[in-house]
Formats: sequence, C-alpha cells, structure tokens
Amino acid sequence: MRNPHRTQNIAFFFLLLATLLIVVPVGLIVVVIFQKGLPAINWQFLTDIPRQGMRSGGIFPAIVGTVYLVMGAIIFALPIGLLAAIYLSEYSKDNFLTRIIRLAIVNLAGVPSVVYGLFGLALFVVFLKFGASILSGSLTLGIMILPIIITTSREALESVPQSFREVSLSLGASKWQTIRHIVLPNAIPGILTGTILGLGRAAGETAPILFTVAAFYLPRLPQSIFDQAMALPYHLYVISTQVPNVDEKIRYGTALVLLVMVLFMNLVAIIIRSKFRKRKKW
Amino acid sequence: MRKFKEFIIEKLIQICGLASIFFVVLIFLFLLKEGLALFKIETPLKFIFGRSWYPISEPPQLGIFPLILGSLLVTFGAAIISIPIGVACALYIAEVAPSKIKDLLKTGIELLAAIPSVVLGFIGMITLVPMVKNIFKLPTGLTALSGSIMLAFMAMPTIVSIAEDALYSVPKNYKEGAFALGATHWQTIWRVMLPAASSGIVAAVMLGIGRVIGETMAVMMITGNSAVIPTSILQPVRTLTATIAAEMGEAVVGSEHFFALFAIGIVLFIISFAINVTADLFLHKKQ
Repeated sequence: MRNPHRTQNIAFFFLLLATLLIVVPVGLIVVVIFQKGLPAINWQFLTDIPRQGMRSGGIFPAIVGTVYLVMGAIIFALPIGLLAAIYLSEYSKDNFLTRIIRLAIVNLAGVPSVVYGLFGLALFVVFLKFGASILSGSLTLGIMILPIIITTSREALESVPQSFREVSLSLGASKWQTIRHIVLPNAIPGILTGTILGLGRAAGETAPILFTVAAFYLPRLPQSIFDQAMALPYHLYVISTQVPNVDEKIRYGTALVLLVMVLFMNLVAIIIRSKFRKRKKW
Repeated sequence: MRKFKEFIIEKLIQICGLASIFFVVLIFLFLLKEGLALFKIETPLKFIFGRSWYPISEPPQLGIFPLILGSLLVTFGAAIISIPIGVACALYIAEVAPSKIKDLLKTGIELLAAIPSVVLGFIGMITLVPMVKNIFKLPTGLTALSGSIMLAFMAMPTIVSIAEDALYSVPKNYKEGAFALGATHWQTIWRVMLPAASSGIVAAVMLGIGRVIGETMAVMMITGNSAVIPTSILQPVRTLTATIAAEMGEAVVGSEHFFALFAIGIVLFIISFAINVTADLFLHKKQ
C-alpha cells in the first residue's frame, strides 16, 4: 500500500486478466466449432435424413423439428407474454398482487430447465394425454420462455414516454385505443428483441424437450403436431454420447448448425436493439 | 359494442397478467402430484439422507444423498471459479474498460450466455475432459472438476451482467466524493464502489449459483454420472438434474422410480425458489 498507483496498476491488470479468462475461451469455442464444423456443412448434410444409425447422412429432420418447436413455443408464449407485459406496464398498480406477479416471473425464469421437462411430461404428455409430441414440447418451451418475453416487452412498453399516453388520452381516446395505437407501435422493436431472444433460447434447450417431444431417431418429417420430432440440441446430445463411433465431422457440423442458429438470432436481437436506441425519437 | 370489446380485451389482459402466477403454481402442483406418491412408500428423511441410489434394483433403493452431494460439490467448485472471475470482469467492464471495448466485451459475454448448454457440454467432452484426465493422471476425465469448470462458464454471464448493473447503479457522487478526497481509482473501486454495490453483487452471485444448480445437459455429459458419495473433486459424480434427465426416459410411468424422479424435481424447484426469492430481496433492497 506504500504506492497506491502501483497497487492500482496491479489490480487493474488482474481485472483485465479475469476478463480475458472469460472472453478468450468463448472466442476459442466459437472459432473451433466453426473451423471443424464448416468442412462438414454442405447441401446434402443440411437436407438429408440421418443414415446408418446416424453415422452418416444429414440432419434435416432435426432442423425441421427444431423450427417447428420454436414456432410452436412462440405462437403460444408471445400473445400471453405480451398481454401480461401490457398488464404490468399499463394497468397494474404498485400493490401486493403486482409484487407477487413479479416474483412469479423471477421464479419462472429460475426454474431449472429439466424441471420444465418434468412438468411438461406430467401435465401435457400424461395428464392431458397429448403424448410425446410437438404440441407438448412447444407448450413446455413456451412456458419456459414466457419470462423472457414478459420482461423485455415490459421494458419496451415502459420506455414509451408518459406524455405520449397523456396526449392520446386527452384527445378522447380510450385507454385500450391509446395502448393499441400509441404505446404498442412505439414499443415494437423492444418486443421484437425479446421475442427473438426467446426464440434463440427455445432453439438451444435440450432438457425440457427430452421427455416431451424429442425422438432419438426418426428418419422422416413429423406429419402433425401430435407427432414426435427430432431436434438439433437433442440430436447433438445423442450423437456425442449415445451413439459410438460417430464421425467427428458430423458432430462438429451439428454443433455448428445449432450454434449458428442461436447466435444468428441473438445477433439480430442485438442489432435491432442498438438500431432502435439510435433512432429513438424521444 | 365498442365498450364491450374494450371490456373483453381489458379482462383478457388482466387474466394474462396473472398467467405467471398460474404457471408457477401449476408447475409446483404437477410436481407434487407425481412426486408425493413416492412418500407413501419412502419417508422423506430416508429419501433425502438415504445413501444408495439403485432405482432399478429389487426392491428399489431411492436415497438421493449421493446426488445432493454431487450437485453441491460441482456447484461449490463452479462458485469458487466463477465468483472472483465474474466479479472482477464486471468491475473491469463497469469501471476500467475504455468505452470502445466495453460494448465488445458485453457482446462477448452475451454470446457466452447464448451458447446452448449441450454445445458447451460437447466442447467440454472433447477438450476439457481429456485435459483433466492427462493433467491429473486419472483413469477418466469425467469428473466433478470438469463439471465445475464448465459450469463456471455458464454462471459467469449471469454474475457479470447483474454485478455490472449493480455497479452502474451506485450513485455518481459516491465516486466523485472519493476522488475529491484524493483516493486513486482503484481505492475508490475497492473501498467505495464494491461495498456500495454489495447487495446487488450478492444477488448476482446467488443467481449465478442458481444457474449452476439447475444446469442439466453439460453436467450430464461431462461429470461421469456415478451415483456414489464423492470423496474428492477428481471423482465422477452424479447431480440431481442429470439424474432426472438421464433416467426419466427409462422410468415406467407410475413406477416408484418415476415418482422418485419427480420428488427430485420438487427438491430442485424448492431450491431454485429459495435462491430466486432471496436474490430478489437483495436486488430490491434499496428501493
């Protein structure tokens, strides 16, 4: 402590070191997956069914399954999440009930993903008799991403200035008209960001779909929402732990497709957010 | 007519507002519905402190003590690694980093949070597991240590971003006051900023740990999944989450094994509930 500036330099060096300890491995992971996965990617890999016990062929059914699941999740979660966000930002008062709702959202966000899987199994698969199906999986994923959609949409709604609402109301518009025509349009970029982040999250999760929809090996496309489906994250799990002697190229290729899907959605969300911040009219 | 339409919409909004409460209750009820059936056969004490987990032996032995210890060991290891690094990184981003690099670092951290756990598990299997095996000369690299290291990476984005928020929300005049008294930047950070942001940082750490306890796929892929009471961090362990994920596929609906896996789900739900409520209290302490 004799020389505080030297202490500072040492401390700042360690802070930098800690930051590098996080950022460098992330970069390495992404680079390695791209480097080793890219050679596996070709048109045939993306559009073919898995063959020879998943040791060759492509991953088309898994891609399609993931897209169906993610779509289903968002169709279910977006309306409920958006309306809940409208309730929290426009209607609720600062009382006990609101506090409970906030706590419930925090808890939904914190429930372990595998517990969502159990819940989906108990409610949708067994109790409601949907069976292991796209419907069960989508609903489970939908409830899982609900807190993301509510929180981001609420932030977007609340960032619309109060004066916008006051002007609209003073012109004789009703509360719902104000929300519908003034608040919502101004909050759309934020809502979109949340929705895309939710999509990305749903696309990457494995544990919630393990017992609600995921098929180990299903070399055809699902025919209806009551069918089982393959999904990319589960497929990656299967070929890296359950099936021996899968070519490393196929595993890296699958990991790459999944990673690109998820990162692409996150990137889009980040871009929308930053563009929106720059263009803000208020 | 218009009034009526408006009325319907407002009711719908109110109902959706309550949806999160509804779903939390629904999740808990359905876990209880299946899980409580176990306690007709097994006492809760024997379930939690039973030392052997042989769910498919005859009669099945359903003690989750080794699984609890497995989860704790992995979580503890991940906490030791991720807390200092995560908080230091948050300090760097919030206080030290030049503003140009700041956004880049934040994007990097967001990127890490976005990588699916199964991809991290896959990478861990291929890179980390052989490394641990070679360094410690072990028969297998699938150990609690490998799990801890990988999980630390999954906890860090949470810790960094929430701790960083906490540091930003420290009032500016605290810092200016310290500078005015002649403190260096580091002295200000260490003696003023950190204590002022402490409740937020505690919340960040708790939420990070909550992440780790609930994490499933990566743990299942790299901890070796052996349901014995661990005596060292270099042994394979089996966690609560991995047990559910690995065994539910084979458990017959309505069997004791099935009920026991739901009972583990109840335990996990209660742990995550407790962590989240406490973290929330810390986060909103000041307001």
